[in-house]
Amino acid sequence: MEVFINLLVNGVSTGLLIFLLAAGLTLIFGLMSVLNFAHGGLFVWGAFSGAWIFKETNSFLLAIAGSIAIGMVLGWVLERFLIRPVYGNHVRQLLITLGGMLVLSESIKIFWGPNPIRVNLPAWLEGSYQFDGIIIIKYRVFVIVVGLLLYLALWLLLSRTQIGLMIRAGVLDKEMVQALGINVKGLFTFVFLLGAGLAALGGALLAPYSGVVFAEMGMQYAILAFIVVIIGGMGSLQGSALASLIVGVAGAFMAYYMPDLSLALNMLLLATVLLVKPTGLLGEKGSAV
Amino acid sequence: MSLLKLDNLETYLGQYHILQGVSMSVEVGSITVLFGRNGAGKTTTLRSIMGFNPSTTGSVHYHNQKISGMPTHLISRKGIGYVPENQGIFSALTIEETLNLARAKSTGDAEEKMEWMLELFPDLKKFWRKKSGLLSGGQKQMLAIARAYINGDGLLLIDEPSKGLSPIMVEKLMESILKMKEKTTILLVEQNFLMASEIGNYFYIMDDGKIVHDGWMQDLKDDRETCQKYLGIA
Repeated sequence: MEVFINLLVNGVSTGLLIFLLAAGLTLIFGLMSVLNFAHGGLFVWGAFSGAWIFKETNSFLLAIAGSIAIGMVLGWVLERFLIRPVYGNHVRQLLITLGGMLVLSESIKIFWGPNPIRVNLPAWLEGSYQFDGIIIIKYRVFVIVVGLLLYLALWLLLSRTQIGLMIRAGVLDKEMVQALGINVKGLFTFVFLLGAGLAALGGALLAPYSGVVFAEMGMQYAILAFIVVIIGGMGSLQGSALASLIVGVAGAFMAYYMPDLSLALNMLLLATVLLVKPTGLLGEKGSAV
Repeated sequence: MSLLKLDNLETYLGQYHILQGVSMSVEVGSITVLFGRNGAGKTTTLRSIMGFNPSTTGSVHYHNQKISGMPTHLISRKGIGYVPENQGIFSALTIEETLNLARAKSTGDAEEKMEWMLELFPDLKKFWRKKSGLLSGGQKQMLAIARAYINGDGLLLIDEPSKGLSPIMVEKLMESILKMKEKTTILLVEQNFLMASEIGNYFYIMDDGKIVHDGWMQDLKDDRETCQKYLGIA
């Protein structure tokens, strides 16, 4: 029972971290039809800038806020100068965002050097909760709480606000939204910045979670996030949340019970879902919420 | 008084030269019908007005103000409501959400317009919380027209509203469009001559990207030769 609960907590917290990365990716794809590989670069910048601010100021909350701000600034630069010129052309998007991903990852080395850097947990999140022989690491609970709150906030944004309504309509029919007097380019920028901020936050939260950050981790997590977005259904926030939890929890259990198979797990999940439901678990046109 | 004026519009879609010098005008308070066979350029004319397929030369003036060259959302904010050929329904949104979205950037008195649309199309009120994708073809068309009317202020561009609808639904819809004429000006693209000739005041006929004929609707009804030549009506 202890093992089961521990694996479950680990899986859910990992899943919610992946969700932070996948949420932005799925909204950007759903609304803008942009395959943004550079998203992983924003994630790694979030991780490094968060770790650096935390080290310099000893304030974890400031580190989180700073990394989100840096992620959004970088996101704005990416959207404005790299992605806007290639809207509607998937091949060019793929090439240019892959290039953006490499530039973002390599530029990390200019600021923080080529070696991985260690990141400590903030003092107030060190330690663990213990009851009935079950030990749950405090930081993982924190990640779960933050992940769930953000999911709720995103859900409220999309389903209860005017701008959320515009985004959902934009996912369905961009032209028609423009014909209603709504500036879709402005909406694109907003969604892109939101996604960039979420990716950077995911990176900042992952840094103390994994204890070490390295420049190449962006690609690793970007691929994971793409798998999640496809499994959940491209453009669907709920689908990404569900797929993130499935990937996180299944990964935790497989790594414990069948470690040899754990590497192939994500691909197996992806292939199974694509065979059974090619649009993804909750992926239907317009399912942004 | 001319509300909308197109002057020598030339529009290309890729390598294809679709509009080849289209000039026309729409008078305030009228229903102007744009006829023509498939591929004549009717839909492209509306899309050029809205800025989706901008013209390379020529101009579009609305209320004597040049709107060609402006982005679509700013053209819409001038008060032009648009109903596309495929209705452009937001299938995952409810009727309530769709009409609220139309109200967001509405250029007139949105509340009053919303009330009148719900009076004109009671089905929209009846299925207020229903997802738009689950509505019947006729209800979707009503929603598309109501959305454009609430959003716009002064001019409605409606692209083939009768397409795919039953004769009874077409009749009902046309009665509603006729009532809307009391409050707005309409540029209607239609292939259903019988229906459109009953409600239209003025007409233009397009062929191969050009306006080949125009005049009062009553005159067209009596002009068998033109009807047969351009509209295939015996």
